[in-house]
Amino acid sequence: MFSSLSERLQEIFRRLRGKGRLSEADVDAALREVRLAFLEADVNYLVVKDFIARVRARAVGKEILESLTPAQQVIKIVHEELTTIMGRAEAKLDRAAVPPSTVMLVGLQGSGKTTTAGKLGLYLRKQGRGVLLVAADLRRPAAVKQLQVLGEDIGLPVYVGTARDPVAVCREGVAEAGRRGLDYVLLDTAGRLHVDEELMAELEEIKAAVRPVEILLVADAMTGQDAVNVAKTFHERLGLTGAILTKLDSDTRGGAALSIRAVTGAPIKFAGVGEKLEQFEVFHPERIAARILGMGDVLSLIEQAQRTLDQKKARTVLTHLRRDEYTLEDFLTQLQEMRKMGPFDQLLAMLPGGMAKGLKGLRFDEKEFVHLEAIIRSMTPDERRRPQIIDGSRRRRIARGSGTTVQQVNRLLQQFEESKRLMRQLTEASRFGRGGRFPFGL
Amino acid sequence: MNIASPSTGWFARLRDGLRRTKEGILRPFEELLRRGKVDEEFFAELEAVLLQADVGPATTEKLLGRLKERVARERLVEAEVLKEALATEVLALFSSCRADLDLSARGVVYLVVGVNGVGKTTTAAKMAAHMRKEGIGVLLVAADTFRAAAIEQLETWGARLGVEVIRHGPGADPAAVAFDGLAAARARGYENVIVDTAGRLHTKANLLEELRKVRRVVEAGLDGRRLCSLLVLDATTGQNALHQAQVFREVVGTGAAVLTKLDGTAKGGVAIALVDRIGLPIALVGVGEGIEDLREFVPEEFVAALFGA
Repeated sequence: MFSSLSERLQEIFRRLRGKGRLSEADVDAALREVRLAFLEADVNYLVVKDFIARVRARAVGKEILESLTPAQQVIKIVHEELTTIMGRAEAKLDRAAVPPSTVMLVGLQGSGKTTTAGKLGLYLRKQGRGVLLVAADLRRPAAVKQLQVLGEDIGLPVYVGTARDPVAVCREGVAEAGRRGLDYVLLDTAGRLHVDEELMAELEEIKAAVRPVEILLVADAMTGQDAVNVAKTFHERLGLTGAILTKLDSDTRGGAALSIRAVTGAPIKFAGVGEKLEQFEVFHPERIAARILGMGDVLSLIEQAQRTLDQKKARTVLTHLRRDEYTLEDFLTQLQEMRKMGPFDQLLAMLPGGMAKGLKGLRFDEKEFVHLEAIIRSMTPDERRRPQIIDGSRRRRIARGSGTTVQQVNRLLQQFEESKRLMRQLTEASRFGRGGRFPFGL
Repeated sequence: MNIASPSTGWFARLRDGLRRTKEGILRPFEELLRRGKVDEEFFAELEAVLLQADVGPATTEKLLGRLKERVARERLVEAEVLKEALATEVLALFSSCRADLDLSARGVVYLVVGVNGVGKTTTAAKMAAHMRKEGIGVLLVAADTFRAAAIEQLETWGARLGVEVIRHGPGADPAAVAFDGLAAARARGYENVIVDTAGRLHTKANLLEELRKVRRVVEAGLDGRRLCSLLVLDATTGQNALHQAQVFREVVGTGAAVLTKLDGTAKGGVAIALVDRIGLPIALVGVGEGIEDLREFVPEEFVAALFGA
């Protein structure tokens, strides 16, 4: 019933690819699907309308008809327009001329402001900045406590005022950061169920009192059509300097991002991509556009790998792979390393659509991982190096030794083969996959 | 569910709560009707209205198709009639999918689930408040051991409402907390139990597995009570709500949905998509931030509030 935007667009483009030249009707048919896919992805209706009109204007014209590979041309236009909306470069966090730089986090209830304050704080701390968190959400029960717990977790000070007035708390917090000579002060403001006058007035007062260098809208990536109204209102009243998209690790990708960017013009600066506090990254508009189009996000994957993986181990695996000596030992190493990077599903989502599709059966959760490890550990060194020698009797022995079943052993061997195939594809992809190419073979 | 005193009549409150939804859907709709002519352009604009209300492309298409059929068959031209026709079609979708939930019932264990930030803890507290008022012995179980200060949040509510809260420390196994909660309910003779779980995205296999375990533990400890799994959904969520509903229903056998923050959105049309595409009935709606603002969902009234009948 549901297919991801990437999958859908790929399906459409596969159809286009089959043809030599495109008629106007073909373009319209494809764009109808694009429209539907965008709407299902919760891109705002008006944004979609505008988008489709722009692509059509360019696609139906000469550009497409005279082009030798029309399908490529349509995809290129869709991608270009997407990139035009999203912006090209990633946006950096601004700094005040005189520290501390005050960053105000605003947004509706449940969008993830408090968690984001912690994540952004950790991100800045890792860059060697001094950061103070200010608990200015005095409304939601235990919001202050939540920020305190987060601060303790990541080793950042949290300013908790004595005043019952959020404006005063913010003012004191910024002063406190100045006294301590810190670089950044992050204000976790209160949210509301909806944009109301009281909230806006409070936020405006805070803005006037502390003159923030950044006012970032924290928005849930799964928000529907209303994302536009929320972003618009906050922007009109406060003048947003950017946005942070949370819960981007869900299966909604792009919709709200596209909408918010389109109506406010403010760049999306960061994205929350997991429950762990370090699962927070700079938002790459180009990559998101590519991901929406099913071109994968190999760059993010590689970056994440570099951040978390043991480089020496990775190199060993890679060498083995190149020499076609990839063994179950390597597989185990990879599994262990991969577990460090986060849930496997999330990694899959970064791969180009086609590649990820073939791997859908390949899923690891933490518990299964323990079994996999036990199975591999129950093999002899020879078996790990040459899995092809594992016959029925060996399988039974391994199953007994690891307290699993023969089926589980079989499954592991299958997963090993798939992983081997995937690793080969990945090394190819990273060799050829520089931006702007279409890995689905056009 | 017992409807509060007539002075704060729930219909009035819902209407008030839905003011934004109404403004979102109804106003453009009426502007549309004022144009008078029912032609292709009219339907194109009606499509825009529905899509922008988060009704979603598939359900929108279905509704428009039915409406067009009726227009052709019954030669409808008058604006008012057309409005009624649309309201009937929407109502028809709801009628085939009604929730069977009574917050005043005794002997029920509620398992409250959903993605992060939709308002599970607040919903659990509001449910407890209602039961407490009805004189039902209710116990809250803080099985959200992940989010910082979630336990404190539920405890704050518990203290405010005078409802006992069973808790472990942060990071504890939620299934263990649920187990203890049910044991405590048994030992102390509580009639109803509300288990508040941690928010989790429906794309996290391992977290869903954890939830499955909580469900198994709860099912094993029901002790003659009925299990009712409630999926809490944020009304501002777009079509992703459908994915959430599908996944959570598979994991915990969700019986019904609670649509929160309905007053927060100019939309709420996702409720229509939910019943149409997933067949998940809406049982309760949150129409305000107050503890009393959790209400039974009545399709007729929702549609009436929506289309200004």
